[in-house]
Amino acid sequence: TMSDPEILNKKNKKLDFWIWGIASIIFRIILIYFPKNLNLSSRPEVSTPLTNLRRLAEGYWLKQSSISPYAGSMYHGSPLLLSMLGPLTVKKIEGQPNNLLCSLIFVNADFVAALLIRATGHYLQTAYDRSLELLGISTPLGRSEALPSGEIAALVYLWNPLTIVTCLGSSTAPIENLVVILTLCGACAGLAPLAAFGWVMATHFSLYPVILIIPVVLLLGFGPDAPPRKLFIQKKFGKVGMDLSSDKSLKHKEVTTLRVSPMHFSWVNIFHFLFWACLWSIYVLLLCGISLKDYGGLSEMFRRTYGFILCVEDLSPNIGVLWYFFAEVFEFFRGFFLIVFHVNILFMILPLAIRLNHRPCFLAFVYVAISSMLKSYPSVGDAALYLGLLGLFVNELAGKLDILTNAGDMHFSFFLFCGYVGVFLLSPVMHNLWIWRGTGNANFYFATAITYACFQIILVVESVSAMLNHDRFLRKLSTTTTTTAGIS
Amino acid sequence: MLLPRQTRLALFLLSNLFFIPIAFSLVEEQEQFTEELLLKPLPDRKVLSHFHFQSRAPPTASYGHHHRLFPKAIYHLVHKYRIREMELSFTQGRWNYERWGGFDPISSNNAKPPGVELWAVFDVPEHLVDAYWKNLTHTLSGLFCASINFLESSTTYAAPEWGFRPFTGSLRYGSLPREAVCTENLTPWLKLLPCRDKAGLSALLERPSIYKGFYHSQQLHLTSAEFKSAELDSGIILEQTLTVVLQPGTKRTGLAYFQPSWSISSIFGKQITGKCVLAKSSSVFLQIESDAVSELKNLWKENGMSVKSNEMSKNLWSNPYFELSIAPDRVREASSFNSDSSSIFYEFFIQKYSRSESFDLGLTWKSPFVWSCPKAPLHATRFLMGSGNERGSVAITLRTTELNWRLMDADISEETCKLRVDIFQMVPWYVKVYYHTLLVFVDEKPQALIDVVERMHVSPSEDKVSPGLMELALKLPCRLNSAALTIEFSKGFLHIDEYPPDANQGFDIPSAVISFPSFKTRLHFPNDDSVSYLPLLSKLQASTFVCMQERSPVLSYTEVLLVPLTTPDFSMPYNVITITCTVFALYFGSLLNVLRRRVGEEERILKKKAANKKTNRISILLSKFFAKLRGRPWEPPESPVSSLSSPKLLLKVIVVAAVAAGWQYYSSK
Repeated sequence: TMSDPEILNKKNKKLDFWIWGIASIIFRIILIYFPKNLNLSSRPEVSTPLTNLRRLAEGYWLKQSSISPYAGSMYHGSPLLLSMLGPLTVKKIEGQPNNLLCSLIFVNADFVAALLIRATGHYLQTAYDRSLELLGISTPLGRSEALPSGEIAALVYLWNPLTIVTCLGSSTAPIENLVVILTLCGACAGLAPLAAFGWVMATHFSLYPVILIIPVVLLLGFGPDAPPRKLFIQKKFGKVGMDLSSDKSLKHKEVTTLRVSPMHFSWVNIFHFLFWACLWSIYVLLLCGISLKDYGGLSEMFRRTYGFILCVEDLSPNIGVLWYFFAEVFEFFRGFFLIVFHVNILFMILPLAIRLNHRPCFLAFVYVAISSMLKSYPSVGDAALYLGLLGLFVNELAGKLDILTNAGDMHFSFFLFCGYVGVFLLSPVMHNLWIWRGTGNANFYFATAITYACFQIILVVESVSAMLNHDRFLRKLSTTTTTTAGIS
Repeated sequence: MLLPRQTRLALFLLSNLFFIPIAFSLVEEQEQFTEELLLKPLPDRKVLSHFHFQSRAPPTASYGHHHRLFPKAIYHLVHKYRIREMELSFTQGRWNYERWGGFDPISSNNAKPPGVELWAVFDVPEHLVDAYWKNLTHTLSGLFCASINFLESSTTYAAPEWGFRPFTGSLRYGSLPREAVCTENLTPWLKLLPCRDKAGLSALLERPSIYKGFYHSQQLHLTSAEFKSAELDSGIILEQTLTVVLQPGTKRTGLAYFQPSWSISSIFGKQITGKCVLAKSSSVFLQIESDAVSELKNLWKENGMSVKSNEMSKNLWSNPYFELSIAPDRVREASSFNSDSSSIFYEFFIQKYSRSESFDLGLTWKSPFVWSCPKAPLHATRFLMGSGNERGSVAITLRTTELNWRLMDADISEETCKLRVDIFQMVPWYVKVYYHTLLVFVDEKPQALIDVVERMHVSPSEDKVSPGLMELALKLPCRLNSAALTIEFSKGFLHIDEYPPDANQGFDIPSAVISFPSFKTRLHFPNDDSVSYLPLLSKLQASTFVCMQERSPVLSYTEVLLVPLTTPDFSMPYNVITITCTVFALYFGSLLNVLRRRVGEEERILKKKAANKKTNRISILLSKFFAKLRGRPWEPPESPVSSLSSPKLLLKVIVVAAVAAGWQYYSSK
């Protein structure tokens, strides 16, 4: 039972969330009305060849003139996005900014994504509380002190300057982010059709989320993030060993909790998910096939979208490192390095999945961060996505539970924050010096890209390390509680 | 060999007996070579000289494969690559459409974009055209000592549908704006002439004087009707033209507005010493433009002289304003469609002249005289907008010239009158054009595309595969002052190998072609049948003699644009590869390290290390620092159990140093 002030406090917090969320929307709309969208749409940090709305408009124009939208190496996105956003790029309202309708759609997408993050946070937190309860771990501070991670993550997503810039910069990244978040939210809620839809769309839009199938399967199979599974086994056997006397009374409780505990892998959900994934992908392919019927069909689409992503054909500068690498590398080695860089993403999938299989949502965050670091055309939109997701694990990573030992605290967080700020301030300067003024050199800009890659690496490594430390702490806590329980 | 006279006579008779029937059948079909030179004073004190050599081979079906005059190389070229029509031009300098004219046949046919331009129509199935084009470029580059083979790459040529030439078909078009043109290109071109540059008009082509000129364009135009699809069986026609704009040596005439007087020897440094004996006809023309003629008439009128036009043209070669040093053999009048007065051609037959009595035509101006050239209906310029190396836009502006609208062949009723302008533009792939950003302004007011664009064909560029092609047919209101067309682009980024050696100079966008299909450039020679025997004039007249040239619209080329592209650091490949790979290794290594770390183990190792270390101040500081880095509370190391490790380490260091010294010593030996 909660006391009155506590309820009031919660209500206030809820109100705060809505106020801040709506404020962020209003802020975006105000910024949309700035002339020329603050020229953000042409920034290489914001729009990549894959997400640029201008290229989409060109593809739409080509399609309207009955030429293949993929002719001319301009558009590399999905034909569905083309038929969704294309007409909006042409429609112009007198006296309003050019891409007002598209921008409004992106603002909406951001807001919906934030709500989904919040919902995911709630699912995660309730599931986590339950599993802690199951383990009998009482935190030193009590759960009411734990931060509302869903709200925090949602607000971080909404107010992150990178998200705002992406939203205003007329790039399709907000929609790509939305479907990724939809996948995770659906999987956390145990809604296989929703998760399948999100996963299929995300893969269709930008290929890299295809690796999210592992966290999604784990989420649907085991349920949301929980402490290591070993602890449950230990707990169970410990209990069985210790409390022989009260066996009967506990039996009933065991059976009921076992169903929801992460011990049980539900194959039904997985089959459900796979079935829906097949259904959705057939549907999406069918729609794409219909819209590209006269222009080379699906093979053309795969060549121009996935082929373009995998072969790094466009060498225009972005915040990644691959453009300069492939602009400089000897043609002879190009194929080799293409394989090496893409395999780098795949190599880490399995070790991470093994080590973090009890925390699928966190695993998904790590996958998203890794792919946004190693993808061929990264933008700040990807960073916005994984930084938003990072907020979901604020309790675990900030060492809130283990405040005494501080073991789970993520290191270098201030350093990383400064680094991100520094990179995002320096990168436009270097770009300006190189491209516009002609006084700088490509290497300056590349240096910021390298620095950014290093910071991302540190972020990923440190967050993984902090999470593993947190698990260790839980283990310690759990063994002490079991032993104390045994002793008593 | 010496044979008795009777035998020789007998042989002669015998040969006649054999060949007469054949000779009779071939009486119409003979190889022909004609040489002509057109001289024209230009309003801005320059002289246009236009050499026109034409070789004709009769159809192979009736004549066979052996030729006396027609160049064998060209004959093989036509047959091997099944060329229906081809034009190759080497140009240096830019034709000044405002001063040298933009409406006459010479400016439309012989004013070419700088560098090399090649287009060809093949008589092969569509899927073979590209292969034939590629082979043709290689052959031509060998034949003319030029890098035409760069046109082989599919990024440099395009297949225009209707914007460049009125007829469609297997046409390929490519141009190399940066190709330098020099004597090494002229010499092989001259070799195709039967007399080379040893005799006839071509002997005038003294290299220093030609390349001194303001504009120099050397062309080769091939028309063949050898293949099945041709209706007219006229064989192969090879036209070689050389158009040069020269500044006559400025003899001080005192007043600036005097036109400079010149003679052939003063502008070419040589005289004509007779015709090429193999030429069927050899003549020199001097053209006085229609505007100049009407100006002259006006001046005569003012001075109260008789203005009988017939009379005038007969006597015009010597009048109060200018004087020709040699009396013309024939005077022709040609009316063009855009002018009410007619231009005058003085014709000189060269066969009369010989080495002892050489031909040196001179034109002497006696009083100041000003006229202007016929201009194209709209003057086109093209330029780049925007700064920086990321994006920009191309703009084409069309400005009205002083062309009188009453001269248009369509009668003008105010509203319905439309002026059609065709624009053909090819852009290389690294200039990525956003076709949806096309804007058309008429009199500086933006127009809806549907109102202005009659027809549009776009084939967008594909990265590293094909150039972008835009063909536009605009219909503009006749009474416009200016029209502008802008289209935005973003600049591509190339691989370091794709940059030319002088990467910072920039990249060229080939000239756009602006044509006015509702205007015809041809001159008309009223009741003058002999024109059809003179290829140059008949070309100007555009009669049916030149079968493909029935429609010859007014055509002009715009400027070549120079687009600077961003360059990467060319010296960096190794650095970039190593740095990037290091970052990737950092990612892979550190993440894997985190994943396989066991905490208990690590702490034990840390303790052990600390125990082994000497407890001096630096090591304590270091361990404190590392502990800070690792985020662990620092634990003071236990007191050393033994200091055995340090002599061991010392020993190791000494051994390594000794080995290194030894290695250095022996390797330097």
